[in-house]
Amino acid sequence: MRNKNDKDPIKKVSSFWGEVGVGKKYMRLSGLEPLVLNENSNFINVGERTNVAGSRKFLRLIKEEKFDEALDIARHQVDGGAQIIDINMDDGLIDGKESMVRFLNLIAAEPDICRVPIMIDSSKWEIIEAGLQVVQGKSVVNSISLKEGEEKFIWEAKQIKRYGAAVVVMAFDEVGQADNYERRIEISKRSYDVLVNKVGFPSEDIIFDLNIFPVATGMEEHRRNAIDFIEATRWVRENLPNVSVSGGVSNVSFSFRGNDGVREAMHSVFLYYAIQAGMNMGIVNPALLEVYDDIPKDLLEHVEDVILDRRDDATERLLDFAETVKGSKVEKTVDLSWRENSLQERITHALVKGIDAYIIEDVEQARQEAEKPIDVIEGHLMIGMNVVGDLFGAGKMFLPQVVKSARVMKKAVGYLNPFIEAEKGEKQEALGKVLMATVKGDVHDIGKNIVSVVLGCNNYEIVDLGVMVPPEKIISEAKEHNVDAIGLSGLITPSLDEMVYLAKEMERQNFSVPLLIGGATTSKAHTAVKIDPQYKNAVVHVNDASRAVTVVGDLLNKKTSHEYVAKLKKDYDEFREKFLKRGKEKSYIPIEEARNKKYSIDWETSEIVKPNELGIQKLKQLSLKELLPFIDWKPFFISWDLHGKFPEILTDEVVGEQATQLYEDAQAMIKQIVAKQLLKPKAVFGLFEANTINDDDISIQKKGREIAVFRTLRQQLKKREGIPNIALSDFIAPKETGKTDYMGAFCVGIFGAQELATYYKEKEDDYNSIMAQAIADRFAEAFAEYLHKQVRTKHWGYASDENLSNEELIKETYKGIRPAPGYPACPDHLEKETIWELLDVEKLIGVTLTESLAMWPAAAVSGYYFGNPEAKYFGLGKITDDQVTDYATRKGIGKDKARKWLHPNLAEE
Amino acid sequence: MSNIQQALQERILVLDGAMGTMLQAYKFTEADFRGGRFKDYPTPLQGNNDLLSITQPEAIKEIHAKYFEVGADIVETNTFSGTTIAMADYQMEDLVYELNYQSAKIAREVADEFTAKEPHKPRFVAGSIGPTNRTASMSPDVNDPGYRAVTFDELRKAYKQQVEALIDGGSDLLLVETVFDTLNAKAALFAIEEVKDERGIDIPIMLSGTITDASGRTLSGQTAEAFLISVSHIPLLSVGFNCALGANLLQPHLEAIASKTDFAISAHPNAGLPNAFGEYDETPEEMGAQIEEYLKKNLINIIGGCCGTSPEHIKVIADLASKYKPRQAVTLSAVEGSNE
Repeated sequence: MRNKNDKDPIKKVSSFWGEVGVGKKYMRLSGLEPLVLNENSNFINVGERTNVAGSRKFLRLIKEEKFDEALDIARHQVDGGAQIIDINMDDGLIDGKESMVRFLNLIAAEPDICRVPIMIDSSKWEIIEAGLQVVQGKSVVNSISLKEGEEKFIWEAKQIKRYGAAVVVMAFDEVGQADNYERRIEISKRSYDVLVNKVGFPSEDIIFDLNIFPVATGMEEHRRNAIDFIEATRWVRENLPNVSVSGGVSNVSFSFRGNDGVREAMHSVFLYYAIQAGMNMGIVNPALLEVYDDIPKDLLEHVEDVILDRRDDATERLLDFAETVKGSKVEKTVDLSWRENSLQERITHALVKGIDAYIIEDVEQARQEAEKPIDVIEGHLMIGMNVVGDLFGAGKMFLPQVVKSARVMKKAVGYLNPFIEAEKGEKQEALGKVLMATVKGDVHDIGKNIVSVVLGCNNYEIVDLGVMVPPEKIISEAKEHNVDAIGLSGLITPSLDEMVYLAKEMERQNFSVPLLIGGATTSKAHTAVKIDPQYKNAVVHVNDASRAVTVVGDLLNKKTSHEYVAKLKKDYDEFREKFLKRGKEKSYIPIEEARNKKYSIDWETSEIVKPNELGIQKLKQLSLKELLPFIDWKPFFISWDLHGKFPEILTDEVVGEQATQLYEDAQAMIKQIVAKQLLKPKAVFGLFEANTINDDDISIQKKGREIAVFRTLRQQLKKREGIPNIALSDFIAPKETGKTDYMGAFCVGIFGAQELATYYKEKEDDYNSIMAQAIADRFAEAFAEYLHKQVRTKHWGYASDENLSNEELIKETYKGIRPAPGYPACPDHLEKETIWELLDVEKLIGVTLTESLAMWPAAAVSGYYFGNPEAKYFGLGKITDDQVTDYATRKGIGKDKARKWLHPNLAEE
Repeated sequence: MSNIQQALQERILVLDGAMGTMLQAYKFTEADFRGGRFKDYPTPLQGNNDLLSITQPEAIKEIHAKYFEVGADIVETNTFSGTTIAMADYQMEDLVYELNYQSAKIAREVADEFTAKEPHKPRFVAGSIGPTNRTASMSPDVNDPGYRAVTFDELRKAYKQQVEALIDGGSDLLLVETVFDTLNAKAALFAIEEVKDERGIDIPIMLSGTITDASGRTLSGQTAEAFLISVSHIPLLSVGFNCALGANLLQPHLEAIASKTDFAISAHPNAGLPNAFGEYDETPEEMGAQIEEYLKKNLINIIGGCCGTSPEHIKVIADLASKYKPRQAVTLSAVEGSNE
């Protein structure tokens, strides 16, 4: 902690070691986390919005006992970078002691706030003491002074020391407040001597507030107010070892209230010199601060003349100059010229640009002008939406914009509906009705929601059944609503079988409506080979939301649909044929042979690192903020159909503007999520002794006793000589080597996304609803990355010296892997059950598995940890029947069950 | 400089192991807990281990002696729950002074016997001060985060009474342990300072926190370093961690504070993590191997055991401790200065 280059003389202090040499001492404070000052510390910014004397809003909230909102102010300060928060309840109209205790107790329950130290601010000792009794960290008392004599000063200092807090000492004594250089020195010297020598107060825990008074007041005696403070600061820091100097900066510019341009410059200039002199903490409103180097030269000169008292006429000159500065600050304004246009143009503009601020007002005007309210939807709004549709079709608008347009549309329609109903008029005629559902066992619905929105704003009526919808329900709802098309979505591999099953059911029940297939694991190949043959009518794979509109349009257009469907069927037939032929060209080797060609690690020389911490651990108290650096943005843009590398995509010629807008919206939401803790990260992981047994199984042990077995699958594709057929078990030392190896397992989950998405959905805001889910997914992946790093560097510790950038993390350049069941290296979802049992996932963090073994909440990641330097990611590829039989036997399950779960990887089909 | 401070500079001191685990072996019944004196007491008393210092003093003495025999330098008094707050469960608030006094007295007698036998190895009594069963900085009511089941002042008064009795009974030092809420510990420290001030005495204080979370925090949410900073305002003999975790999991937290304090460092971990039946099954050898890692890294001045440890564990630990040098006054600036 202490700086090597410290030139202060070594002085002797006593500890249990006896007398030892210790150099300069630095103040150390704490909330939930430490705040340690040292030579290299930047200026410590104390937040003061939680001060009833400084913030009218805060005072009002406390008076009205709106403590939740008052907490938001505190949180906002910490998020805004305050390293300490000052809390003051000194007001005649509130019970200061009770409010202080109540507020501090509430803060203690908010880890995002109480991670920083508290400054307990009051002029009344009983309030200070009440505050000291409810904070666990080392806080700061603001303030005590010699104002009422030495005896009281000593007694209070002694109590503060016993409670374990640092203290702000005001430059004030029995005579009055220090208002010049000499008095500041006199009082601080005397206070220091009393505290250090009579009380034994640690000198590093003393902070002097040397009184910042206004300059440029027009009064001669105020001319040196700033420079005296600065010079006194220099003296105190040079002559009173280890202390800090603080002050409230905005006082200095008091006489320029109303002229923020000048005030900002004054604050910057004052701080520039005061910090050089040794002022190391203070209360500064960051909104009222200009960058020193950005102050215009002429203004800077005038301000410096005043602060440093360089000219007799400095004040007059600054006052004159201030007239020209007034209002020079350029506000960022919004271009509202489009409001001058015609009504239709305004509505179209609002829809295309996704601006909902004026839509009600415009729609109301249109309603009054129209014969029937329904005409506004079919006229004004549809004209606008057609423009959106055309631009989207032409690639001039992008998915996030379209979803925003839909938000405006929904708002407008929501406003008109009551009028339409009141007239008992006909509702708007939709182009068709589309049922949308995420299939049984699956919980992923971002893609489905996007397609629903896009279709919805193209005038299709959507019957959205949500997630985990059983096939019977899809069938019955489709009948009941008499839908024109059915769209199915799914992300995990078992969902593919659900889709096949549903196609069969539709055939059996003589359905004729088209079936649309979408979702991350679906493919044209799977649709053509497995689903299309089951259903005589149209089956289309639509994996791209922007294609959904044209596909559905073609399918439902009565004139052309017959032809379109015939073409589609033919296309899929041909595709299937080609695909199946291609599949036959590959050849596979028997599992026994594949085992002989395993990836071999030389276990005699291979480095096995024993984890620092064996066993299962749960993570709590993690702030989302810590995950932010680990977010991989690329998949986020993909979920919005914007493809490209990050951050290059933000400046991309075609989609750059949209990507940037989307990114900004995401950042804004993340800020809210972090500030209000709308999402909760939870994680559990375990590190265990492990050995490979019987080639492909990994035995997990605790003190040599087997507590679980992971079954792995081995590549069977025939490969060139010397290229191994890998299974994950190859990365763990076999039992026969006699060496104890290790592996781990984990699950991370982000809770609250569903609630947040529903909240926006209920407000007819699909854009933010989808955004919330997409962000939660990013957090889950970031969390997995974060935890893997913690495990590598700390809990397992085999890479304790690792130092990788976020980019390198995303590229996975680190040692060791974290493959996840359901993904290429280990496609069997059933292994999740083993992880759940081993780590007691459901009980410890509440992430559950659906019948298709999807994780709930959907924003979750689970997997294994392999630490061997040679461990690498690979794809299993196809496997043959002999391995399926063997696997079923090893796992103790029926072959049918094994076939069902390994379906997508079977070579014969 | 007191005896213990001198001993600390010379060697690693060994603290005893679990008291509760040892008492279980006696299989005391409700009647045993009551003894003659509390035959007709209105509340059930089985499980009130602190009471055994009055009703079964021979057993307590025997356990202290077993730990001294295998090499412990310090035993803890049988007073982990000896405050009016914790004793309220048994309606025994009025007995608190006597419980603490008797417990300290018993331990004192055993310690003096051993010191007389082996004058080169003086034995010490640490007055054990537990965390109580209430938290001053957390609400037990999820619907009312601002509520507190106990105040600083209530804790301060309860601790003060315990401290006075422990000192009167003959404790050489005080051990504020298993701190899961730093504010409770600050109230205990405040009370100790008051007693010291009023009596004009000095008595060494050991302070030991407990870390319950894989992210390395106390129950009340502080990081190890924030915890250290929050209790460093009082001159402590030692600071460290005990309970909750086994020796291996405790190591990173000890490392986190060892480089940041001039106080001595103590650790008394559990015998591993509890198994599915809530039992601790780390053997003395397994625990010893992990503790040797601390010793190799020169992290420790005082070492002992918490839940699940027995005289067998302490024997292994004491044998190991004798082979290593104590953590030195690595004081911060001195070390950093020499690196230049």
